[in-house]
Amino acid sequence: MPKHRHSPVQSLYELLSSMRFAISLLSVLAIASIIGTVLQQHKPYSDYEFEFGRFWFAAFGKLGLYDVYHAWWFIVILLFLVLSTSLCIYRNLPLMLREMRSFREHATETSLRHFAHKAEWHVARPVSVALLTEYLARRGYRYKTNPRGEGRVLIAAKKGSYRRLGYIFAHLAIVVICLGGLIDGNIPLKVEEVLGIKAIENNNIPVNQVPEKSRLSSANLSFRGNVVIPEGQGVDFIFISQGSGYLVQELPFSIKLIKFFIKHYPTGQPRTFASTVEITDKATGRSFTHTITVNHPLIYRGVAIYQASFQDGGSHLTFQGWNLFSPEPKPFPFHGAVNQDAELSNGNMKYSVEFTDFRLFNVENLGGGSAAAAVAKPQGFWSAVKGMFGDGLDKEKSKDSHNIGPSVHFKLRNAQGQAVEYDNYLAPVQINGRSFFLSGERASPAQPFSYIRFPVDENQSIGGYMRLRAMLINSAKWHEIAERFARHALQGQSIAPEMEKKFVSSTERVLQIFARGGYDTLARFIEKSVPAKDREKAVRTYLKVLENAAFEAYQLSRAGAGLPPAKVDRRSVQFVRDSLTAFSDSFFYGSPVYLQLTRFKQVQATGLQMTRSPGKNVVFSGSLLLVLGVFFMFYIRERRIWLLVKPDGGDIFFAMSSNRKALDFEREFEQHRYHLAELIKE
Amino acid sequence: MELVHSPDEQASFLKKLSWVDWLYAVSLIAGAAVVYSRYGGSMVLFAKGILSLVTGLLVIEGWYWKPVRLLVAVIAAVGLFAVSLYHGDLARAEQVFWLKYLISSQSAIMWMSALFVLATGAYWLGLIARSAFAAKVGSSLTWSAVAMGLIGLLVRWYESYLMGHDIGHIPISNLYEVFILFAIVTSLIYLFYEGRYRNRQLGAFVLTVISAAVAFLLWYGFDRHAAGIEPLVPALQSYWMKLHVPTNFIGYGAFTVAAMAGAAYLLVNKGWLTDRLPKEEILDDLMYKSIAIGFAFFTIATILGSLWAAEAWGGYWSWDPKETWALIVWLNYAAWLHLRMIKGLRGPVLAWWAIGGLLVTSFAFLGVNMFLSGLHSYGHL
Repeated sequence: MPKHRHSPVQSLYELLSSMRFAISLLSVLAIASIIGTVLQQHKPYSDYEFEFGRFWFAAFGKLGLYDVYHAWWFIVILLFLVLSTSLCIYRNLPLMLREMRSFREHATETSLRHFAHKAEWHVARPVSVALLTEYLARRGYRYKTNPRGEGRVLIAAKKGSYRRLGYIFAHLAIVVICLGGLIDGNIPLKVEEVLGIKAIENNNIPVNQVPEKSRLSSANLSFRGNVVIPEGQGVDFIFISQGSGYLVQELPFSIKLIKFFIKHYPTGQPRTFASTVEITDKATGRSFTHTITVNHPLIYRGVAIYQASFQDGGSHLTFQGWNLFSPEPKPFPFHGAVNQDAELSNGNMKYSVEFTDFRLFNVENLGGGSAAAAVAKPQGFWSAVKGMFGDGLDKEKSKDSHNIGPSVHFKLRNAQGQAVEYDNYLAPVQINGRSFFLSGERASPAQPFSYIRFPVDENQSIGGYMRLRAMLINSAKWHEIAERFARHALQGQSIAPEMEKKFVSSTERVLQIFARGGYDTLARFIEKSVPAKDREKAVRTYLKVLENAAFEAYQLSRAGAGLPPAKVDRRSVQFVRDSLTAFSDSFFYGSPVYLQLTRFKQVQATGLQMTRSPGKNVVFSGSLLLVLGVFFMFYIRERRIWLLVKPDGGDIFFAMSSNRKALDFEREFEQHRYHLAELIKE
Repeated sequence: MELVHSPDEQASFLKKLSWVDWLYAVSLIAGAAVVYSRYGGSMVLFAKGILSLVTGLLVIEGWYWKPVRLLVAVIAAVGLFAVSLYHGDLARAEQVFWLKYLISSQSAIMWMSALFVLATGAYWLGLIARSAFAAKVGSSLTWSAVAMGLIGLLVRWYESYLMGHDIGHIPISNLYEVFILFAIVTSLIYLFYEGRYRNRQLGAFVLTVISAAVAFLLWYGFDRHAAGIEPLVPALQSYWMKLHVPTNFIGYGAFTVAAMAGAAYLLVNKGWLTDRLPKEEILDDLMYKSIAIGFAFFTIATILGSLWAAEAWGGYWSWDPKETWALIVWLNYAAWLHLRMIKGLRGPVLAWWAIGGLLVTSFAFLGVNMFLSGLHSYGHL
């Protein structure tokens, strides 16, 4: 650049088109981009408020940090990048084109002699210009000859001039890509928001009540939004999420979900998510059906429709409600639907059941512990007690993932507004060769579910456990259970009635303690009443009494239901043990009621994303340009050769230059020097 | 630097090809023709396109870089031998001697890991003891490791189809598989420059990074039980995967080689190991070339990713963390290239920058999966 006095406009132009500025912009853009990856974008505003506190929430919101890539300052950086790159092209283009065309045949001998790569030969006999130009042409050089004084000729040759096109392509590509992106950005919308023509709707109201101010017509050229459609229903709009609220984007067609389905691999993992939809054109009235899958969108009227997500669309659910702490062994009927609340009353306690999800398939790795973690209990002495029951589940690890059937997800909210979440499975699940009904509970979404396991009886039902549970909780039955136990235990022994009475009453006592809080209360009782050194023995005795008494309770409960007595075998004993564990775990279940899912009618909903992006092809053309540019720049090397010849004999001067002084160039220069010397010698 | 003494090096590329080159090309094309005639019926148009493209690329690569011919021949022969041993039964991987101990995919990958570690040792020995022989052994071991890795991947591809027709897919779909790919691609890029510059002194540096990748691979496979073949999730069932993932790894591999050249440059620049490492100019040139090739391929990979995203996610650019970090990596090397090509900057600053670039790249490759959530959640740690 020639030096002259700079006006302020000139200085600004110099600055904006400078490399320094461009590099700084690249760095600023990189750093700004990091923000959006560290701070998760587009979360509900309430989450941000909770995370940062009121002050920082507002401050970050002002800076647009919840949607960094559409914040005004980010757009400004991009615009500056476009400006800087454009000016850079504008500034360098004439020079580049000149350089591309020029052979530099007017180079002076003095300047050529300053080159680092040069050679000179003295030849006695004449060397024709044609010999040399032919040599150059064979190597892909184009040349021009320029007569000099004293009968000399300068041959100026060059190769790889298109390298400079690479520079132009690559930089033009950046401008094109950014412009394409800006077309698809929401700048017009932002402007309309600033002018008050459009406004974000923050309230969750029915779509037909959303005011005109928050609706975008189907003529809108560029948008990206989502909608959830339950099976059998249709929409003609989508939601564009904006800041703390949304806008309604109208579509040029209506779309109805006929069916959403998931196909699975033999291993149980999902293979296909697909929505069969019916599209009806608003203008022509024409309608057709199409199945959209992931990676295979449908494009209609310039709107691309993608399979983005799925959820429950309001499945109908039927339950048996079991009151876990009532002596009543019979369930009560209960109904609900996903995304709806149902009332549940237990005595004078009122609960609201909020059904949040229904899942038809659950692929679980039971060895991994996700569905198998037992209900959380106080640690310590309890674990010693628990250790006496051989439950290999936690020790064993298997890698089998398989489908364990439908489950329902709901929240049980008490009158104080506190909620516990549940995850109940319809079908019994096999764990260590035994079947259980699983129900997971957790008090906060941050925790994993802890699962209670209700053992399954010989009729594949929960009834056997519930009858035994009703017997164990029923204080009126304890005496009878204890007496039966005593009769069986002391059979054939002559024992004083006094002793038998004592036996009965201590059994009753064990049952009473256990019914109050399971193993935990029993453990605490032993801890309190037995000195440390005798505890282990005491635990053994108490557990033996409890198990045997529970077995009698089991037989009694069967008799009450008109069933034959169970055989005294490992299976029955294991069932009673599992029942005792489940009973004990009930005290940590967080709810007095277990809602057992018995029937369902699944209704699914699909989540579709729809976009219209006129800038897409602009961006892709820019990308092609970028690839061409990059390859031209890296892999076309520009080289120039000058040969100053005296055709009728004398010195031949050779000089060579390249845009890049890399090792390849050194090698090439050596080659030319070698070959030219050979050529001249001949 | 050697001089090429043939008078017409440009025009006579085809003339210079030996009968081995032609045999190689004919065999490859014949192989592709056999594949086409046997399986053409079940191939979609795209698969046919890929087959022709890969055949063509392998021919040109083999002609341009001679050792590739032997590599392709070996992996084709051993791969076919392995496939022939299965008789369509996956269980034979544990029963047949050759498969169990050598060329079932898991065994081959274990051999690859072992060979890479041995190669690292040999290269270091060569560097420290100034033994050209040890370095040569390192080179051979690296070639063998690459062959084993490629055989492992090919056999794994076949095994995935044995698990079920609809489960079969190219083994570049999860973190375990792409780590193998990373080790192979990085080695190949290094080996190319090793041949080009006739210099084995950088092997110790590059192979150290590859050994670290192998250590991660083994930990990930054994401790996290991630070595199994899993069916593809719906989002990955696209032909774009075959293009996007390998292209990306050429970028990652080249950036790794560049960073190691940068590390060696810094040592030489400080006056350490000057008699054992290549000259500054060579390291500088190597660094530039690796970054250039890495940048070119990374650009293509990112564009391919955006074409895929436009088809799968509903937008060519979603500012997903992985995308954003890809942009950051790209911007970083764009700045590097500007400084070097336009400002003409040389020296330790660029070497440090290349090393820093590898850290940024590693974060984009691994860190995003570990620390950030987003759409690219295919490899969990």
